[in-house]
Amino acid sequence: MSDSSVLYRKRMRTNRAALVLSLVAMAIGMGFLAWILVVLLYKGFGALSLTLFTQPTPAPGSEGGLSNAILGSLMMVGTATFIATPIGILAGVYLSEFGRRGWLAPATRFINDILLSAPSIVIGVFIYAVYVAQVQHFSGWAGSMALTLIAIPVVVRTTENMLNLVPATLREAATALGAPRWKVVLHVVLRSAQAGVLTGILLAVARVSGETAPLLFTALNNQFTSFDLNGPMANLPVVIFQFAMSPYENWNSLAWGGAIIITFGVLCLNIVVRTLFRKKI
Amino acid sequence: MQSPVATKRDMPFSQLRGEPTSVVSSDATPKIKIRNLDFFYGSFQGLKHINLDIQEGMVTAFIGPSGCGKSTLLRTLNRMYDLYPGQRATGEILLNGRNVLSPDQDVNALRAKVGMVFQKPTPFPMSIYENIAFGVRLYESLSRADMDNRVEWALRKAALWDEVKSKLNQSGLSLSGGQQQRLCIARGVAVKPEVLLLDEPTSALDPISTAKVEELVHELKSEYTIAIVTHNMQQAARVSDYTAYMYLGELVEFGLTDEIFIKPKRKETEDYITGRFG
Repeated sequence: MSDSSVLYRKRMRTNRAALVLSLVAMAIGMGFLAWILVVLLYKGFGALSLTLFTQPTPAPGSEGGLSNAILGSLMMVGTATFIATPIGILAGVYLSEFGRRGWLAPATRFINDILLSAPSIVIGVFIYAVYVAQVQHFSGWAGSMALTLIAIPVVVRTTENMLNLVPATLREAATALGAPRWKVVLHVVLRSAQAGVLTGILLAVARVSGETAPLLFTALNNQFTSFDLNGPMANLPVVIFQFAMSPYENWNSLAWGGAIIITFGVLCLNIVVRTLFRKKI
Repeated sequence: MQSPVATKRDMPFSQLRGEPTSVVSSDATPKIKIRNLDFFYGSFQGLKHINLDIQEGMVTAFIGPSGCGKSTLLRTLNRMYDLYPGQRATGEILLNGRNVLSPDQDVNALRAKVGMVFQKPTPFPMSIYENIAFGVRLYESLSRADMDNRVEWALRKAALWDEVKSKLNQSGLSLSGGQQQRLCIARGVAVKPEVLLLDEPTSALDPISTAKVEELVHELKSEYTIAIVTHNMQQAARVSDYTAYMYLGELVEFGLTDEIFIKPKRKETEDYITGRFG
């Protein structure tokens, strides 16, 4: 076992090679991410101003902001999260804790995985066919429904995975005290997995707040400020889509501003929720 | 397999324990009677025809090589195996004369009467106080003051009170391994069970924590019936009144600990205890 032995030097070389390869892989991934953020900040920083948050989207040739789109996105993403969170968590709990026997859980898991990878435009068309086409108008509710359908499988998947990470010994310990199954799940299992479950909800929020395709068919857009979920609603992704393709320079700039708002909005939400929950047990 | 401690193992164990074994009158009714118990993991038979009495207010130790069925036996006593599909037990386990294996037995009520402490410390992800209160709240509704008293009482029983009394609101996970295990014992004691099952409670602990847990077992046996699974022969000799030696799912020998360790009737038991096998 000397430092100069052939085997030792070979091992050191392999170690260095593996280290370099993983560093390169990391650099490629992080490089693109940084590039996106830099371009976003560079192009969008000029668009950031108070009017962005106070004025609604402008007509061609006039000035304006994104307030109606921000409001619409908040309302629809909020509604979708509000509906998808309990459904997703309960389904995840079923899959992980109660679906050990029988065919229902494997079937649900399989369908959920299909839903998870379904193209979001298909979800949009689906809501269009079953809801928008029936009531004969676009609406914020339809948009929320489409976003809910996208969010649910994300929450289900992460909840199940996180609950599976909770050691069986913890379940046994709680059961050994005479606790019924639901109390074991609620007070012990979910509690020890709460950070992970929360991450799943955040992932779902991040995912749906950037979705454009399903909203094109459902909420469409609205040039004016509207609190009515029953009518067409402005939202950031569709506004970005329309404004970025437009010939007007101030519209292009607003699109960049919208992109910054979505990106950093999700980032801030992440940071806030994580710091809030880290302090708890 | 000869190990350096083998010579020490040959010493009379009553010396090591430093106190004589309490002799039970033969007419005492056992707390738990196990009759013709068979246990199956799917098609594999983990326990074969176990017949055993566990005496009230005594410590009964289960020893034997890995995979012999000691933990399995312990887990039938509170029907822990019920959690897993494919595991089943046949025969009778009579607790206070009632068969706990019968389908109409409420398993949650059974587990409230038969507490269990596991090999690895398993504090719940909540405060030290809540760790204890969780189990108590399941079957009793106490006032805040009564609950405070119960928590203190349980923590004192587990010799942990002085170490944690100033930080009851901290997470149970913030404690050291030995403290966590004593917290788990306190949690088990707090619900005032009739029987306490200890599944290798000290195998993850350092010698000092182990000594504390063993002292605790001594303390607790006046009020509880205790069954302990251990890989540590000296521990079995130190803490138990009765010892059962198991091998390959069968109960090879069962009797007073001093008799088992000093003059075992069976050759297999002697080989295992003296370290020639196992």
